[in-house]
Amino acid sequence: MCLHIVISELTNNILQSEMETLKLTNIAENHLLGLSPEILLKWFDEMLLIRRFEEKCAQLYGMGKIGGFCHLYNGQEAIATGSTGAITPDDYVITAYRDHGLAISKGLDPRRILAELLGKSTGTTKGKGGSMHLFSREHNFLGGHAIVGGHIPLAAGAAFAIKYRGEKRVCLCFMGDGATNIGEFHEALNLAALWKLPVIYVIENNKYGMATAVERASAVDALHLKAAAYNMRNQVVEDGHNVLKVYQAVKAAVDHARKTYEPSLLEVQTFRYRGHSMSDPIHGPYRTKEEVEAQKKLDPITVLMNILSEANLASEEYFESAEERIKAIIDECVTYTENSPEPPLEELYTDVYAE
Amino acid sequence: MPVVSFREALNQAMDEEMARDERVFLMGEEVAQYNGAYKVSQGLLAKYGPKRIIDTPIAEAGFTGIGIGSAMVGLRPIVEFMSWNFSLIAFDQIVNNAAKMLSMSGGNFNVPIVFRGPGGAAHNLAATHSQSLESLYAHFPGLKVVMPSNPRDAKGLLKTAIRDNNPVIFIESEVMYGEKGEIPEGEYTIPLGAGERMKEGNDVTIVSWSKILQHITLKAVGRLEEEGISVELIDPRTIRPMDWELVFNSVKKTNRLVIVEEGWPFAGVGAQISHEVSNHCFDYLDAPVERVTQEDVPLPYAHNLEVASLPNIQKVIRAVRKVMYRD
Repeated sequence: MCLHIVISELTNNILQSEMETLKLTNIAENHLLGLSPEILLKWFDEMLLIRRFEEKCAQLYGMGKIGGFCHLYNGQEAIATGSTGAITPDDYVITAYRDHGLAISKGLDPRRILAELLGKSTGTTKGKGGSMHLFSREHNFLGGHAIVGGHIPLAAGAAFAIKYRGEKRVCLCFMGDGATNIGEFHEALNLAALWKLPVIYVIENNKYGMATAVERASAVDALHLKAAAYNMRNQVVEDGHNVLKVYQAVKAAVDHARKTYEPSLLEVQTFRYRGHSMSDPIHGPYRTKEEVEAQKKLDPITVLMNILSEANLASEEYFESAEERIKAIIDECVTYTENSPEPPLEELYTDVYAE
Repeated sequence: MPVVSFREALNQAMDEEMARDERVFLMGEEVAQYNGAYKVSQGLLAKYGPKRIIDTPIAEAGFTGIGIGSAMVGLRPIVEFMSWNFSLIAFDQIVNNAAKMLSMSGGNFNVPIVFRGPGGAAHNLAATHSQSLESLYAHFPGLKVVMPSNPRDAKGLLKTAIRDNNPVIFIESEVMYGEKGEIPEGEYTIPLGAGERMKEGNDVTIVSWSKILQHITLKAVGRLEEEGISVELIDPRTIRPMDWELVFNSVKKTNRLVIVEEGWPFAGVGAQISHEVSNHCFDYLDAPVERVTQEDVPLPYAHNLEVASLPNIQKVIRAVRKVMYRD
């Protein structure tokens, strides 16, 4: 199995850094990349947790218990888990508004995430931010950002601070394909490359910015190639439903950033099963039911199940027990949330200015 | 007391705070190698090096966002806009990220950052380069807005702004950078939200700030005194938080208020002051509150039209006479 890498031919130094990445393809010949069974099983559990969490959100949204805009991660789980699997708790993660999955992967308590979605005082931001604005300083999770592209310079800023202090951390920044057309994306990429900031930009290319297909929005279909304009290391992961492929690409970029402070732009191709947000249809004029069903055959959780089964790391019994365990966690999330109070009215006037 | 220019006062504030706190750095267009478009950062690159005095490309949204992101994780940036007019390119960053981060993150991330640079009209710069944006930024909860009128306040307020744990909008004036004034010896700071009564008086209160205060209002006050009208002059120094007690107490004494500002009238800072005063001092007012503002048009280029649009001494005198019922 060969890691599919598209090499930009525009600059020599990109070529050189890509060659370093190519060496990793040797590792890929080891099917499981040297990852321990414990880690792989943990990843399976995490991806399943994200899936079931989002399904519960859809249900609660339908019941009118979750308000506002709610963007679900179903189908994209391998990106959250594979990416955060390649970093340490010290590293920063920042993303856009489809943020539940990454928040769970970064270690935020799913009970507090659900409480946030229901506007409870025990939520991750005490009911101030909601679905699109999850944050946790404790977990180095820099948000949950709802203006497309607005968080992309912030990620470069966190990376700037890392370099300023001489640390070896990195910042992972996730965005949708639609964000690559906005000015802040281009300004941030230029600055990150110019100043050599340890940020790894990950485009979760789920093929549609809301209902506008990539090819109807971007003059360049191969989104990772936009990095070439800024002399930035870049790579595409075509099978973004395979958590190992995601991990491998992100790990290479992270290692490169720790060593050189240099940024990368990764394009991970994926698919969202739900509509853009809970208010949007799953299919419509922009994509057919058949397309959605065909993509679901590449389901990231099923792909990992198959990998684990083939390697004899997990049996049917394991998968069944995992479902049971995850169900218990989701039930606990719901109980926790339902037993949590709404924010007290005094909370309205807190956190506007810092002391 | 030493006499320094406005730009030297700002330079001293940044220099002292950078010496005091390793987390403080300055970034912006032409701030380093060129020593600043208006030489406010003169000599800082030589002293602190390129790690802390950073030239940026012309990319306001990008470098403003980088400043905010770095502040979220513990640095204390000073972001210089070559002109506040260019901050509109970074409006999303300032409004959605800097102003709201603390609240939206439920207290997880505050943003200790100063945005500074010249605002307002200079000479013949026309519509895009002459805007007074203080009312715009003061509109957003989460931001503080500071507008010093003299070198002493510029230094003391900038030092406080750099130490503040919130995003601070610090608006200077291009035409004031060379103006000199006395500053105290040694270390001093001036709190945000504390205005100054620049002159005591009995007949009418004027609230005015920044360049208009120095160039227009003070001169008008001199003429009014010659007419026998005793003016109490208030410089709020910070637009948000506003020193309401200072304003209210003065109006309760003089019973009349004129607000003189460079911005446009509609939803301007003076509109808010007028509302607060009518709410808190209604029974004390002997005349409706008057405002002197820029005319309600984009500022034209031609000198005569520019002058006609901006506040001037005559407009201030007319407004004061009106509240004194002497017109």
